[in-house]
Amino acid sequence: MQNVLQWVTNNQQIIYIVILMVFVGIEVIGRVPSVLHTPLMSGANAIHGVVIIGAIIVMGKAEADNYLALILGFLAVILGTLNVVGGFVVTDRMLEMFKAKKKKVNTD
Amino acid sequence: MNVSILTICYIIGSVTFILGLKLLSNPATARKGNLIAAGGMFIAILGTIFLYEENGSKLGNYAWIFGGLLIGSVIGTLAARKVKMTAMPEMVSLFNGMGGACAALISLVEFNHISKELAVNNSSEYVNSIQPTVLIIVLGLIIGAVSFAGSMIAWGKLNGKVKDFSFTGQNILNLILLAVALGAGVYLVIDPINSYLIYVILALALVYGVLFVMPIGGADMPVVISLLNSFTGVAAAFGGFLYDNKVMLTGGILVGAAGTLLTILMCKAMNRSLLNVLVGSFGGSNSSAATGGKDQGHYKEISLSDAATIMSYANKVLIVPGYGLAVAQAQHSCHELEKILNEKGVEVKYAIHPVAGRMPGHMNVLLAEADVSYEKLLEMEQANDEFKTTDVVLILGANDVVNPAAKNDTASPIYGMPILEVELAKNIIVNKRSMKPGYAGIENDLFFQPKTSMLFGDAKKVLQDLLSEIKNV
Repeated sequence: MQNVLQWVTNNQQIIYIVILMVFVGIEVIGRVPSVLHTPLMSGANAIHGVVIIGAIIVMGKAEADNYLALILGFLAVILGTLNVVGGFVVTDRMLEMFKAKKKKVNTD
Repeated sequence: MNVSILTICYIIGSVTFILGLKLLSNPATARKGNLIAAGGMFIAILGTIFLYEENGSKLGNYAWIFGGLLIGSVIGTLAARKVKMTAMPEMVSLFNGMGGACAALISLVEFNHISKELAVNNSSEYVNSIQPTVLIIVLGLIIGAVSFAGSMIAWGKLNGKVKDFSFTGQNILNLILLAVALGAGVYLVIDPINSYLIYVILALALVYGVLFVMPIGGADMPVVISLLNSFTGVAAAFGGFLYDNKVMLTGGILVGAAGTLLTILMCKAMNRSLLNVLVGSFGGSNSSAATGGKDQGHYKEISLSDAATIMSYANKVLIVPGYGLAVAQAQHSCHELEKILNEKGVEVKYAIHPVAGRMPGHMNVLLAEADVSYEKLLEMEQANDEFKTTDVVLILGANDVVNPAAKNDTASPIYGMPILEVELAKNIIVNKRSMKPGYAGIENDLFFQPKTSMLFGDAKKVLQDLLSEIKNV
């Protein structure tokens, strides 16, 4: 119990960030028209690819003789990159269509 | 100095994520939003590689890091460029699973570090000091692994490789699995020396992820993917806790919160609770009761030439696209039809139900691919105002979203779900492959109404035939 309370005190900054981010996330999504739900889900999917930073740290810290850490870390970097790059490119492809179409309307 | 620059990189990253999501909420700025978030991510990644320091030492293994980044970027870009528009939802699911797996792997490696330390230093002070870290590692591992396994199953289901599978007592087994995994986690936190438990937890979480998604029907996958998306967000946030890394924390929590809300919005549009989606297999339990009910009478079919004629002489035609259109990949033929009717002076618009297709907004993306202009896509409320003045409604492979039982029949399982009120129009033409009920497993009274006529067949083929008929009118 003592540990937990101590941990809360030591990490109050982080706890505040979490609470505020929950509200920001809800506010931001609340105004999205249903038309954009799929691209939005895809965009959010790319953003949680930020987990790649953890993978890079793991990889960069791995000792040269620790093969488990090297291999798992390497795998994590690849998978995280797939998430980030694939996520943003797919989202861009979806949104590209919305844009191309809009232009066409203007020229009609 | 370096650390300060890195902090600035992370602040930029966090701001671009929030800004990006916000800009994504408007069609005019959405693309910019995505690019801004991607730019922020790039800065955060580069900053981490070159500026990150722990206890004064920089990161090493650059060859491994850049190798991984390169491989991931090439495969990711190719996969994302190559995928067909209709396969977009499964692609999102696949990428989401990769993120979950990444979070789980980070937990494994970090635990491995700790258990090595423990082998040398087993003092109670050290154990006490790492307990919060172990808790974060365990939670990140469970959520990441569930997200990975679940996303892979969802991916398999959407591309037809995995079939629905359920057995009695599955929900109870799932709960037991989850409880055992969490119990093992608690035990590991209390006594971190039992390092083998981390693999037990991993295995349980993976099995739970598989069994959790297995019984849920293919049409509910959007909800599941959205939920798993928010899970991965939370898993990423645990990574942020672990490294006291604010950009991972903000990005992860942002997606976790937004994803959860999006999931709830999707469930609402289908008039179901999240619990109902996850626990009850809707079609299975309700269909027998609902279909056995009253005698529906007869439906009438319409010939292609008749359909072509009434559409050519209409003033306004509204097209209601659904799952059937996506499956048949008929979006281009649909746009052709719109153009040819326009040439004949017929006004053509599309009525889009929020949950039509495989994902909310899926129809918009599909029709956008076929160059249908954005202004012609009506959302449900607008469309419901326009049906009164519409001569012909053409329903392409949609069923439950136009079922009047949702308004009239209090006993219906879909009662209360907002629908497109197509029966206000003068004529209704329904294209379906057969009279089989839709996803909810219930009959649709609409098909038996006097002003409704049926046009059976694959949406793409029917549209192409209809096109050549209209040219002849």
